[in-house]
Amino acid sequence: MRKRLTRFGAVLRKEMIQTLRDRRTLAIVLLMPLLQLLLFAYAIDMTVDHIPTAVADLSLDAQSRALIESLLASGFFDLTLYARDEAEVMQAIDAGAVRAGVVIPPHFGEQVERGQAQALILLDGSDSFTVQSGYSAALAVAQARAMELLVQQVDRMGLGSSLAGLPVTTSARVLYNPALDDLVFLVPALAAILLQILSVNLTAMSVARERELGTLEQLLITPIRPLELMLSKMIPNILISAAGLLGITLAGVYWFGVPFRGDPWLFAWVSLLFIISGLGLGLLISTVSQTQHQAQQISVLLFMLNLLLTGFIYPREPMPPAIQAVGNLIPLTYAIRLTRGIFTKGVGLSFLWGDVLALAIYSAIVMLLASITFKKRLD
Amino acid sequence: METEIAISAQGLVKQFRTRHGQVPAVRGIDLQVGRGETFGLIGPDGAGKTTTIRLILGLLTRTAGESSILGYDSMRNPYEIRGRVGYIAQQFTLPPDMTVMENMSFFANVQGVSRAAQRRRIPDLLEFAGLSPFTGRLAGRLSGGMKKKLALACSLIHEPEVVMLDEPTLGVDPVSRREFWDLLGTLRAENEVTILVCTPYMDEAERCTRVGLMYEGRLIAQDTPRKVKERVPGRLLEFTPSDFERALPIVLALEGATEVQSYGLMLHVFVDDIGQRQPEIESALSSQGIACAGMREIEARMEEAFIWLVRKQSQDSEA
Repeated sequence: MRKRLTRFGAVLRKEMIQTLRDRRTLAIVLLMPLLQLLLFAYAIDMTVDHIPTAVADLSLDAQSRALIESLLASGFFDLTLYARDEAEVMQAIDAGAVRAGVVIPPHFGEQVERGQAQALILLDGSDSFTVQSGYSAALAVAQARAMELLVQQVDRMGLGSSLAGLPVTTSARVLYNPALDDLVFLVPALAAILLQILSVNLTAMSVARERELGTLEQLLITPIRPLELMLSKMIPNILISAAGLLGITLAGVYWFGVPFRGDPWLFAWVSLLFIISGLGLGLLISTVSQTQHQAQQISVLLFMLNLLLTGFIYPREPMPPAIQAVGNLIPLTYAIRLTRGIFTKGVGLSFLWGDVLALAIYSAIVMLLASITFKKRLD
Repeated sequence: METEIAISAQGLVKQFRTRHGQVPAVRGIDLQVGRGETFGLIGPDGAGKTTTIRLILGLLTRTAGESSILGYDSMRNPYEIRGRVGYIAQQFTLPPDMTVMENMSFFANVQGVSRAAQRRRIPDLLEFAGLSPFTGRLAGRLSGGMKKKLALACSLIHEPEVVMLDEPTLGVDPVSRREFWDLLGTLRAENEVTILVCTPYMDEAERCTRVGLMYEGRLIAQDTPRKVKERVPGRLLEFTPSDFERALPIVLALEGATEVQSYGLMLHVFVDDIGQRQPEIESALSSQGIACAGMREIEARMEEAFIWLVRKQSQDSEA
């Protein structure tokens, strides 16, 4: 037992020395989360506004001007070009000079009076974000404008008192993130995805590097047991991942003012569970790849799946069931629900136990598989 | 003389599975190395030397046969073996980002060497390997020769009874090579350590108590260096012809010249009878206007014996 402890201590010490001595990797690994957070916070904005727009007003009356005014006032459209007709608007979109176009047909004012006016909104479909924002903005502006006109009409007919309001209205309240701040949505998920990248990559790379350098062979011929070698690879990476998590959480909360509503300890334990699943996945990757290059490529593939299938950016609900099932195989899917649940919604285990259990089972299976495949042989 | 067996292999076979089917690397090796022996495994690249060593150490799973070290089976008792054996793999394989001292104490702790023993043994080994002035240097920054010496020192930290070395002096300058072998000699003399060493260098093979010649996955000869050399029939003449290009076919065609090997512009010719053949060669060449400078009989070295045995083996297997 004593020997076993010294032995494990020695391997662990070796891993710590090597981890701390590789300053460059360490710096990248620790600064990457903060850099990503800064990028997401200051550079990436997922709602598109100030869309450059070409306007062809063929009517040039009070009604058409009023509509254009309200479109521009919404902040979603910027007038960059006054076009003569629809063809010129199309041309401008083709050329990429503008991303949206507004065409108001002749006699718009008269048609409004008759209650059958139609304005044409053209959107550059090659950018789906622009289409989404532009379409909903144009729709909302047009509806508001129509409502305004309707009320005016009713007023003029002298029925003002009987129409105090519309018969049906909706009142929406956005929970947890009333200001619809992207950061509130992104920071908890970003914390999870960075943990995943750190834990998987670090482990996969460190084992693959030993194999590539040939140092693995020299370790295999010592009395070190596979389990000891595995744990010694994991512990420094747990510490680094935890440091990265702490950094991004603190920066998110104190610098960017993202509210942390849940139990910090629950968050810590769930993160540890998640880190372990990532380390296990990293070990699995390292056992199937012979070189650092291969390990890196598998990690990149995994990263793509993480980005697309786990609900990090794109919602999972519209995905076909088969694709959702693939997403269920990735631990990040559970982790993102958990971090958002604890971080943003502030709910506890009573709501989240399902995902915690899934993550725990996942970690157990991955570690088991890793320890089976992580053999002390070269072939 | 009855000696205790330290390393043994019977019918050891290894086939690698590849995309193109089974590729045999080792095709049935029988080997016995007695305690205190220095056994040299020699052979061309790809003969299966490294695979053989890895099989005996249990780093690879064998396809067939048996192998053991100090009576412990390579597959069934790997940890008994690992605590008693020192090994230097072919590439330099100590962690390059740890210092000489960190490497030493890492291997000492991993092998379960007590603190007291470490305080005594580490300075001894560093002194022995000539690394005392470099304890704080990163292993990756050492010269090739010093790396090998550090690897040797690390593999000796737990006072192993058997040391396995896979081409330990590959890429090391001649002076360092000699120093390394002097270290092995000291080790053998003072600690009666059993050594199994792979080497492509014939002069190193001469320093072994016994050598095994590997060729295409088989041991084609296994004996003391002297006996191996004596296997080559006939005697050996060395000379430098004035016109090498024309001389070679003439000598090859001569009766009684059993084997001709070229060394640069020198020819080594095996003949059945020196007294009869030496004048014959000289006259045959001088009739073509070719002079033979410095013709003399020399003793066959490992190198000639090795080439002869390999050629004979490949001729036999073709026939």
